[in-house]
Amino acid sequence: MAKYKLPKPGELSSSINYNPPAKDWMDIPVEFKPATYPAAAKEKDLLTVGFPNAHQWTPEDEDWNLPDGWEDTVIKGIEERLSKYRSFKLFMDVCVRCGACADKCHFYIGTGDPKNMPVVRAELLRSVYKRYFTKAGKVLGRLAGARDLDADVLKEWWYYFFQCTECRRCSVFCPYGIDTAELTIMGRELLNLLGLNINWIAGPVAACYSKGNHLGIEPHALKSNIELMIDDIEDITGIRVNPTFNRKGAEILFVTPSGDYMGEPGIYTCMGYLMLFHELGLDYTWSTYASEGGNFGFFTSNDMAKRLNSKIYAEAKRLGVKWILGGECGHMWRVLNQYMDTWNGPADFLEVPVSPITGTRFENAKSTKMVHITEFTADLIKHNKLKLDPSRNDHLRVTFHDSCNPARGMGLFDEPRYVIKSVCNNFFEMPENTIREKTFCCGSGSGLNATENMEERMRGGFPRANAVKYVHDKHGVNMLANICAVDRAAFPALMDYWVPGVGVTGTHELVANALVMKGEKERTTNLRGEDLPGKEGNE
Amino acid sequence: MKAFYSFLAVIVLILVAVIGGSIANLHFFFGIIIPYVAFVLFVGGFIYRIIKWGRSPVPYRIPTTCGQQKSLPWIKQAKIENPTSALGVIVRMASEVLLFRSLFRNTKTELREGENGPQLAYGSAKWLWLGSLVFHWSFLIIIIRHLRFFLEPIPVALQLVDSVDSMLQIGLPQIYITDLLFLAAITFLFLRRVCVPRIKYISLPADYFPLLLIFGIAVSGILMRYFDKVDLISVKELALGIATLHPVLPSDIGAIFYVHLFLICCLFVYFPTSKLMHMGGIFMSPTRNMISNNRMVRHINPWNHAVEVHSYAEYEDEFREKMKKAGIPVEKE
Repeated sequence: MAKYKLPKPGELSSSINYNPPAKDWMDIPVEFKPATYPAAAKEKDLLTVGFPNAHQWTPEDEDWNLPDGWEDTVIKGIEERLSKYRSFKLFMDVCVRCGACADKCHFYIGTGDPKNMPVVRAELLRSVYKRYFTKAGKVLGRLAGARDLDADVLKEWWYYFFQCTECRRCSVFCPYGIDTAELTIMGRELLNLLGLNINWIAGPVAACYSKGNHLGIEPHALKSNIELMIDDIEDITGIRVNPTFNRKGAEILFVTPSGDYMGEPGIYTCMGYLMLFHELGLDYTWSTYASEGGNFGFFTSNDMAKRLNSKIYAEAKRLGVKWILGGECGHMWRVLNQYMDTWNGPADFLEVPVSPITGTRFENAKSTKMVHITEFTADLIKHNKLKLDPSRNDHLRVTFHDSCNPARGMGLFDEPRYVIKSVCNNFFEMPENTIREKTFCCGSGSGLNATENMEERMRGGFPRANAVKYVHDKHGVNMLANICAVDRAAFPALMDYWVPGVGVTGTHELVANALVMKGEKERTTNLRGEDLPGKEGNE
Repeated sequence: MKAFYSFLAVIVLILVAVIGGSIANLHFFFGIIIPYVAFVLFVGGFIYRIIKWGRSPVPYRIPTTCGQQKSLPWIKQAKIENPTSALGVIVRMASEVLLFRSLFRNTKTELREGENGPQLAYGSAKWLWLGSLVFHWSFLIIIIRHLRFFLEPIPVALQLVDSVDSMLQIGLPQIYITDLLFLAAITFLFLRRVCVPRIKYISLPADYFPLLLIFGIAVSGILMRYFDKVDLISVKELALGIATLHPVLPSDIGAIFYVHLFLICCLFVYFPTSKLMHMGGIFMSPTRNMISNNRMVRHINPWNHAVEVHSYAEYEDEFREKMKKAGIPVEKE
């Protein structure tokens, strides 16, 4: 590939054109523009999890080395999924192309590419469905919006189903609730039948399967990563926290996305958990086997997601804990909320979660037995169980990004806001059309957080960044808080590009900075080692 | 071009109907046989499609949550947008079906010139919602009004609908408000498909055709009520006969009536094969009709098959030495 240079933000936004091209989308072949698509999956990663038709290929190749009879595999794959998923069948049939979804997709807003309109993204698949599964399509063909399945169609699927983050924003606006995430999930499952995954998903899936987490951190390394954080916490607070690993008989198993174990600013969120749990004297354990809350299997196939997810309940059972607490992560919580119990439940070996500090019984999690950390912390704060000094966050002017999945696959809106407002004095909401159930994706979710597709990410993240810029200009917002590990990994690049001067933080980093711990020394810096407000030059 | 094909198709249908209406020998076929066939195909097709959808299970509970979840007792739950009770779902579905709740959310995305290149802004966009709502509600009221042809005596409720609908008291026969609204709404829905570039781009013949067909039905209906007036007594005689399964063919209703009737029959036949099935489909949409109580009640997937997993025992076998060295407890020493 020729050396690619990301255009300047102004150039990029000026290049967006919402006027559709003259040609019908079916007549426009997919174009693999540089930096707008992720790299292909590696054969070895697909083999690790026993996927069919693993092979080496690259998207730029004319010939993708598809297995013989691949068309048949795909058509049979569609047939099987139509019989298994009412959502798929219904969403293939009921769209009236009213266009309400068209400008709701962040990828469409950021590219102007008509195939990124949710309605057309669905038509990519629907056109093939019509051709092989409806009478009108069989008889009328193109006149009915049907087309044959060929290698070009398949390439188009790959390009556009990996240019959808399964964020479900379109489904909020659709009068029939058609959820493009469902269709992208199906599309990706079909592509996976032919070994056509992407590297940034297949790699973490293989790592998570064999090593317990997406980053492939082995047990001893995980422990030493956390020990480094413990050292830092001691330097800052004078307190040595003492977490345990794979400890049988603990009351609570804590599971968080592996993004929290490594890299900034994720590790500060992780330090936040460690400090909070220590302060509470919580009887909890980490697990190296179930060391991943996130689930890139979910971006591959529902079966793969289930295979990875199984570790959480299995580990909870093995360790004999009473319930499970989950860290800050986006798609992790869609999976835990809407899928885990169905796949791997019932968790009848666990108890209905009860906060050992406040006695609050989490009735809302009485079947899955898994509580979101912001639910847990909000409850603590409400009951005055934490001593907080929000002025330590006074140098921050904070806004909150609702991650797609906790927003539209759960409805977790007020818990994190309550926590943030309790630990920060300066909080500002982004405009109404860009938050809560209408929140915009970071542009890098569902496994698209690679580096080789940076333009795709910057375009997809444009609507979110634009809303951050609005509060940055209006209120001087300089910190983007969130509850998602992918956000923490993806936003720094997005902010540097579109809204320089805005940092990125997990919610429990803010909590830990404000948390006044018993017996702590006078803090002069925050978790990042930056001077606290009013403590500048005290050293 | 796509709109033109659809237009052509509707014209052909009208011509067929005109022929049927002007040749007396064909009246029995067009007036009685086709309506029966169309009705059977409509009802049968509709049920078939619903059953076909229903045969596929809903493996996961996947409501799109559009409001605050139920969690801590002091946090106010959005009981309709994120329902945890059957009542909540019923209200949510009713607001979708009767008021087009989701369409009401519609916004319009615009790029506006900013200091450093274009910036995004979101404006209100309620026209699609309004146009659709007017279209569907007028259609429903018009259909209800038509029941007066099939019922004798005409129930009081129907007479009431009729008199409210014609309360403008203009013209003779009096103009129905819904007729005007209906025509305006179809025209709007059609024009936006032709004029708004983005909507034109996504539209298929299957989007223009039903609009034009329904437009044809409306226009032929209006023509025979207000202009080329048909003998309503005969129409009622035919309708009642069909409804009571004792069809009789009155003489000389007027060709325009056969156009109206034939286009309706076409709509009936076309309905179950097309996107118009959104009428039934909306009730079955899993993102809207499911209770959002995922963590409270386990949802069962009927085909929840076993999958291959990487067990803890395998994991420990692989990493035992490293774990022991790091002081992490193991099952087998």
